[in-house]
Amino acid sequence: METAPPLLRFDGVTCRFGEVTAVGGVTCDIAFGSFVAMVGASGSGKSTLLKTVNTLVEPTGGRVLFGGEEVTQLKPARLRRRVGYVFQGIGLFPHFSVAENIAIGPRLAGEKLARERIAELLELVELDPAYATRMPDELSGGQRQRVGVARALAGEPELLIMDEPFGALDPVTRDALGRKVRELHERLGLTTVMVTHDMAEALLLADRVLVMDRGALVADESPRALLAGKGGTVAQRLVSVPREQAEKLAAMEGLGEPRS
Amino acid sequence: MQEIWDILPGLGDKLAAHVVLAASAIALAMLIALPMAVWAGRSRTVSRIALSLASLVQTIPALALLALFFPLLLSLRSVFGEGLPTLGFLPALMALTLYALLPILRNAVTAQANLDEGVLKAADGVGMTKWQKLVLVEAPLSAPFIMAGIRTASVWTIGAATLATTIGQPSLGDPIFAGLQTQNWALVLAGCLASAGLALAADNLLWVIEVGLARRKRWMTFGGMAIVVLGICAALWGQRTDETERPIVIAAKQFSEQYILAQLIGSRLEAAGYRVEYRDGLGSAVVHSAVASSSVDISVDYTGTIWANFLKRADNPGREAMYETIREWELRENGVKVLGRLGFENAYAFAMRPDRAKELGVTNLADLVGKGGSLTVGGDPEFFERPEWLAVRDAYGLRFGRTRNFAPTFMYDALRSGEADVISAYTSDGRIAADKLVVLADPRGALPSYDALLLLSPRIADDPGVAAALQPLLGAISVEAMREANFEVDREDAGKLTPPQAAEQLAKRTGLEK
Repeated sequence: METAPPLLRFDGVTCRFGEVTAVGGVTCDIAFGSFVAMVGASGSGKSTLLKTVNTLVEPTGGRVLFGGEEVTQLKPARLRRRVGYVFQGIGLFPHFSVAENIAIGPRLAGEKLARERIAELLELVELDPAYATRMPDELSGGQRQRVGVARALAGEPELLIMDEPFGALDPVTRDALGRKVRELHERLGLTTVMVTHDMAEALLLADRVLVMDRGALVADESPRALLAGKGGTVAQRLVSVPREQAEKLAAMEGLGEPRS
Repeated sequence: MQEIWDILPGLGDKLAAHVVLAASAIALAMLIALPMAVWAGRSRTVSRIALSLASLVQTIPALALLALFFPLLLSLRSVFGEGLPTLGFLPALMALTLYALLPILRNAVTAQANLDEGVLKAADGVGMTKWQKLVLVEAPLSAPFIMAGIRTASVWTIGAATLATTIGQPSLGDPIFAGLQTQNWALVLAGCLASAGLALAADNLLWVIEVGLARRKRWMTFGGMAIVVLGICAALWGQRTDETERPIVIAAKQFSEQYILAQLIGSRLEAAGYRVEYRDGLGSAVVHSAVASSSVDISVDYTGTIWANFLKRADNPGREAMYETIREWELRENGVKVLGRLGFENAYAFAMRPDRAKELGVTNLADLVGKGGSLTVGGDPEFFERPEWLAVRDAYGLRFGRTRNFAPTFMYDALRSGEADVISAYTSDGRIAADKLVVLADPRGALPSYDALLLLSPRIADDPGVAAALQPLLGAISVEAMREANFEVDREDAGKLTPPQAAEQLAKRTGLEK
């Protein structure tokens, strides 16, 4: 049975930095429209693997195919306009207003983003269009990351890659923004790859969870399958953390209100 | 105080020259430092080498750095030809540029190193090319820090530019050096006030630009820049010369006699209808080369100085032979015309306080033999390196307990206070008579003669008008007349005159003017 080629294909991708092998030969396909989470401990190579997609890291071996083309053969500037990138540091340009930050990708392509389009993007991430004229240092952390997401979406990318996007946010904001991104993923028909160290976040948001350990892909399962005990020991160790937390919380609720 | 206010308005052309020099040096330093900082931001090796070199330059005293460019440019003439200027604007610009590099470079490199990594990652992430990243992100975010470096560099450069006077570049150092040598403190203060005021004004203007950049207030940034540009344009306009023909430039070394004689020469030329310009406070070694290269046109030099420093001779053939040899040598080697001798000598001579001389029973240099062990001899900064000192020491077998260096002005104070027993005085110095000092005789003729000579640069060597105007000065100035004029400038009391006033008095006394 012939299926459409995947949007993204990692083909034996290896990344060595001197003696250290950060990614050791990862092969996998990511289909159009999927929301994939990459989970693993710090240093497992998930972030490095993600950066090979927009060539912020060049693999020392193997290839990354985007829409059938090898990413290192594409012009970096053009490639990065087709791939929205959101990361923990956010990296809003402090000397640009919110509107200028959002419009930077199209501006680099020689295209001016209309005010209406900026308002629309701000509304997508649930920010008042009046924020367009503000400077980044006038915003809260959550608001800044919303602008970061709006900036990543401004070029109408085919692929959204996110590297610990909500890592620095408080739990409430984190939860709200996670849901928002998932909703935008559906609405805009995006393909999304999100790196996170938080298995709960991965299980709740993604359709498919990849688990990395010491540079290798050790599990590739749906959230349901992981919860059913599949994926091997590394994956299960990661799944056990939120599961035990949930059980403890449920048990506490079962005991009723604590007395004061 | 009132005096200072009278002097300040007359410093306009010095101020203009100072502004043009300092602004050019800063601009050139920026042109070099900023691309270098970008390169340094991409290579640790380049960063380390560039910063080390810039720091090394800072350890050289500014005065020495300025002076070093003279021999450097002189040697480069073999490559670029005789047209390469060795004095004035070019060496001053080069030295000050080197001096201004460090603060600009260091701030620019630090600013780059401290840029937020997330922002740089985002620049790559949104697809900026290296150039776009530099122009859109790195440069605007570093600008306030770079501006702070430029501010520091400006204040340093404006201060150091006063030293450009010593290599023949007009600046606000002119009144400072002239005042220091003639002990005219109002002149020194006026020069200092003007350069400090300029430095403060520049610092504040650049601060406005810096704040404008940091707070993204365009009106501050562009307003500040507009005023800076206007100031530089005004200075350039103030520097323009209407006449195409260069005036006759008269040089003066850094002591009173030279200032007075320069004025005397200048007033005679002006009376004969020439336009003149003064280049005061030049270093002694610089003046001779300046005349030879026609950077200046007229100087007063001394036979002994030329004999030892330029002919590199240590023998003493006697006064007349020395004069004739120099005259012939100057014309042959440099095309410099020795118009003649002014009549007096400004030789080195050993002087003592009369009471001290009597106490020790000393009247000539030979009498010092055997007594020198307990005595301190004071000399000007170069004296103990000069052949005259070696000649005297060896001719008489003198041994002194201590040798100390003093600025010429303070040598006499040292003698008065007993910090020196014998000093290397100058025979035309007015303070010899004023302090009633005993000049020790030189029975063995070890000290060479120092006839004051009038030197004309190749450019005006054959100008009959100049020769005619200056002819009456030859042989007209006795050592007594020169001493009196020098004393009038050097004295500290109410009788103190400025060099132009003293020159006028000297002219009257010698019958050059009624």
